Amino acid sequence: MDAANYLYLAALLFTIGAVGVVVRRNAIVVFMCIELMLNAANLAFVTFSRINGDLNGQVVAFFTMVVAACEVVVGLAIIVTIYRSRRSASVDDASLLKR
Amino acid sequence: MTTSNSLVYLIALPLLGATILLLAGRRADKWGHILGTLMSASAFAVGLYQLSQMLGRSNEARPVTQKLFEWISVGTFNVDAGLLLDQLSICFVLLITGVGTLIHIYSISYMSHDHDRRRFFAYLNLFIAAMLLLVLGNSYLNLYVGWEGVGLASYLLIGFWNQKPAYATASKKAFVMNRIGDMGLSFAIMIAFATLGTVSFEGIKAASGTASTAALTAIGIMLLVAATGKSAQFPLQAWLGDAMAGPTPVSALIHAATMVTAGVYLITRSNFIFDAAPTAQLLVVIVGAITLLFGALIGTAKDDIKKALAASTMSQIGYMILGAGLGPVGYAFAIMHLLTHGFFKAGMFLGAGSVMHGMNDEVNMRKYGALRKFMPITFATFGLGYLAILGVPPFAGFYSKDMIIETAFNSGGSKGIILGTVTLLGAGITAFYMTRVMILTFTGKARWDEEAHPHESPLLMWLPMVVLAVGSVSSGFLLSRGDALVNWLSPLFAEHGEHSELMKPIVVSGLALAMVAIGVAIAFLKYSRQEVAAVAPEDVSVFTKIARQDLMQDRFNEAVFMRTGQQLTQVLVKTDEAVIDGAVRGVGRLALGSGSILRGMQTGFVRSYAALILIGAALLIAAIWVVVQ
Repeated sequence: MDAANYLYLAALLFTIGAVGVVVRRNAIVVFMCIELMLNAANLAFVTFSRINGDLNGQVVAFFTMVVAACEVVVGLAIIVTIYRSRRSASVDDASLLKR
Repeated sequence: MTTSNSLVYLIALPLLGATILLLAGRRADKWGHILGTLMSASAFAVGLYQLSQMLGRSNEARPVTQKLFEWISVGTFNVDAGLLLDQLSICFVLLITGVGTLIHIYSISYMSHDHDRRRFFAYLNLFIAAMLLLVLGNSYLNLYVGWEGVGLASYLLIGFWNQKPAYATASKKAFVMNRIGDMGLSFAIMIAFATLGTVSFEGIKAASGTASTAALTAIGIMLLVAATGKSAQFPLQAWLGDAMAGPTPVSALIHAATMVTAGVYLITRSNFIFDAAPTAQLLVVIVGAITLLFGALIGTAKDDIKKALAASTMSQIGYMILGAGLGPVGYAFAIMHLLTHGFFKAGMFLGAGSVMHGMNDEVNMRKYGALRKFMPITFATFGLGYLAILGVPPFAGFYSKDMIIETAFNSGGSKGIILGTVTLLGAGITAFYMTRVMILTFTGKARWDEEAHPHESPLLMWLPMVVLAVGSVSSGFLLSRGDALVNWLSPLFAEHGEHSELMKPIVVSGLALAMVAIGVAIAFLKYSRQEVAAVAPEDVSVFTKIARQDLMQDRFNEAVFMRTGQQLTQVLVKTDEAVIDGAVRGVGRLALGSGSILRGMQTGFVRSYAALILIGAALLIAAIWVVVQ
């Protein structure tokens, strides 16, 4: 099977994630879309690793996972805190800096 | 060259006087005038001492120098604050301090009713100090300091009664017109430094032999501009008439005897420049010739006794400038006329002050008349000055003015004939207007105002007048006896060959006396035989009207320089507002405008930021892709 197909899939996943981030209002969904983009990137890295025949891409993918895990911890904590104080998980409501 | 440590006292003493009088304030009111006079007199004593020392030395050893301190030392440019007293400066030193002291004495009485007499004496001392620095400086830069100093003193003294707006304006006018001349002097110094690399008299004299004629001509013309400003020569002469707003002793000292002759000093001092720059020298002669007629013509129409004398001063300095422009043959005669003029004109101004003193400060000669009987001493001293300025033998002007006329005639070719004719004509007109002044003031019927009670002035006033009158009688004879002054000054000037003698001295004197006689006769017919109106008649010829307005010089200046200057200023102001301020404000407006546009993008919504980041990243990748491809 052609390695390029994995790249197409990665691009598709990334696009879905990006559209989701821009379009959806619910913070949890936006968060999930971000995860989707990160994993799309991981898929691309692993694919490049495969194409080049070395392990560099796989190492980067592990780094990305660690970063993603940390991000989830911090991000979810923020979202939950905002929801508790404002009773809303919409990202459009959290625009206090503008007002 | 001899060095001396006592030169500085010449300047320091009057400067000390001025400092004390200005700082002590009202506390010095009681004794200020005495201190001022003493300081001036002691400077005169130092001058006499220097003269006696100088007389005892040979020609080469006569110039005395004193280095005061190192003033400027930058790279190869070194200027010391140094003094130089040579055969030329000693003449000026004695004139300034001698006449200055007499005028100090006169002022004690003349200004006795003025509650600011102390300040007056402080300014007089300041003037004496500055004028001495002017003639004693050993470089153009040192001279420049004195040059500015006398300008300041002149400004302060013209506007001494500045509670009258007209007088304050007159002082400003004098100051501004002098600034134009001063600019010429500073340009001359800069050109000298740029082309010759030095500003000292000695250095420039040494360098003038090898310097290009163009550079020397430029320096010469700039020096001439300076001289026209300070000496009230055409085309910068318009301030002198208004300068008569100052107290009369000031007019006598500054605007007749000393400061206004600084231009003659400058040209004579720069003889090595002018000798090597014939074009500049020719311009000097032309300026002198124009002014001597210009001043004389103005003098014929003035009813104000001081303004008539001021016009005469202008005209007589024209003679000196003309003499100085004739080259090595003329320098000594210019200085001789300067010295004799210092005596007789200062004497006449003091006489005019004495008349005003007796006539409630009336200056209009049409309201004088028949004062001879009431002011015999003033009449006698003024009369002697009158005979001296006319050039009647054996009075002072006969020796000095006739020498200039003779030298002018003998300067050769058509130039000589033109200059000779102009100077002769000037002598005739001088005779006319001075006779007019004499007749209107001292003879005829009394045309006084009712409250006038003419009386002779007190001793302190008539004594200086008598001394100056003695000078008016004898100075010409003494200075020219055995060519005393010419020989005295000759080491300073270039050698000159025997000039062609177009006119014999006796012929020139005869012609000059004939012109004088004609002038006197016309004045007698016009003012002695006919009734003089107490109010200046209005139905006069257009020429008289023009002469009354200083030959339209003020109108000309106003139309050509003031109006265009104002328009230029307005254009500049508009340009400043539109272009420079516009650029600054435009930058501000640009920042504000672009900011308000960009601010729209800051919505505060996370998603729009995310979209922008996404678009940005996409664009970046696209750009990289295009570049790599």
